[in-house]
Amino acid sequence: MTVSALREAFGSAIVRHAVICGDTIVWVSRDRIHDALAWLQATPDQDYNYLTDITAVEYRDTERPLEIVWQLRSLARKVDLRVKVALDKRAPLEVPTCWDLWKGADWLEREVYDMFGVTFTGHPDLRRILMWETYAEGYPLRKDFPLRGHFSRAEQTRQALAANPEANYSLEELSIAEAYHELPKEMRERLRHGERGFLK
Amino acid sequence: MGLEPEQRLDNPATENVADDITEMSVTSPNWVTTRLDFLVNWARKNSLWPMPFGTACCAIEYMATAASRFDIARFGMERQSFSPRQADVFICAGRVPFKLAPVLRRIWDQMPQPKWCISMGACASSGGIFDNYSMVQGIDTIMPVDVYVPGCPPRPEGLIYGIRLLQKKIEGETFTDEALREERLVGRDGLFLPPERVDELSEPFGNSVQQTRSA
Repeated sequence: MTVSALREAFGSAIVRHAVICGDTIVWVSRDRIHDALAWLQATPDQDYNYLTDITAVEYRDTERPLEIVWQLRSLARKVDLRVKVALDKRAPLEVPTCWDLWKGADWLEREVYDMFGVTFTGHPDLRRILMWETYAEGYPLRKDFPLRGHFSRAEQTRQALAANPEANYSLEELSIAEAYHELPKEMRERLRHGERGFLK
Repeated sequence: MGLEPEQRLDNPATENVADDITEMSVTSPNWVTTRLDFLVNWARKNSLWPMPFGTACCAIEYMATAASRFDIARFGMERQSFSPRQADVFICAGRVPFKLAPVLRRIWDQMPQPKWCISMGACASSGGIFDNYSMVQGIDTIMPVDVYVPGCPPRPEGLIYGIRLLQKKIEGETFTDEALREERLVGRDGLFLPPERVDELSEPFGNSVQQTRSA
């Protein structure tokens, strides 16, 4: 059983667990989440080798913490596991990245960052993925975000037209060195230093 | 009369007559221009090359329109142009998010004149049910539109009716109209409607009437 093995290995870092509609959900403390995910992936009995999804949940109750959700699957054992971390919304929203464990976490974490404003520390290229790079209205899936956005329609249209369509991609995605100089300055810096950057 | 070119230039009377003829032929309809218009418009309307810009379910109906059962080749749209450089009609089939707005605008700018635009379906024409933070509220805020086809999505008959309307519109065009191909931007920010009108677009409607905007 995964949960008892997790409790044995991590003790009080496993906050609680529940089985809802046949799905096992485990709440882990933020400090040990990366260790727990690495353990789940590397331990032969567990063998959670496939990261299905990363997402986040914000509840309507403003006091309730925001939850980050990792949906794991073991392809060999054909079992699923949902791992959650509760983040206090009054503190900075930060969790460690699991990009070093599953490379597929790259875009999933970017999406959670884009929509909820959660920072994944250690992510190689954390920037918006659905909204454009210069999007300035905030994080659309947060509960305090109005459905139509913060800006007026005219301002939204104006900003959208002013955006550079080619600036949404990393250098690898573009593979055009010329576009590098049209990217926003901050993005150029990040690309130069990250794993993906290869321009000096 | 057999005048030499130098003599003609020197003679103020002949010069004025020549000016009058040139002016008349360009700015006001006469027998020559209307015949020429008829010929040119007849050729144009019967060989419209569409540039399909399908972004959502309207594109499926567009494909049905182009396929054998409805077959828009019957109306001269034999060749689907997937390059804006060789296209006459821009057919925006589907919703357009703000992220796509500069792409749409660039494709429109790449199309050579003469060019027309059909806005197909509720989302392209007005934003449709997507009255939210990410969606352009009608492509006429970012580019000129000739024909709006309502529907969600419109059936192929609807699109064909829109194409017929566009052909009627082309029939009525005349090159003596100097403002015909003029694209009037509002200000320098690239909007096609005044900002106040863009703001109004989604105000009283949509499924989010209770929403308030903080800025």
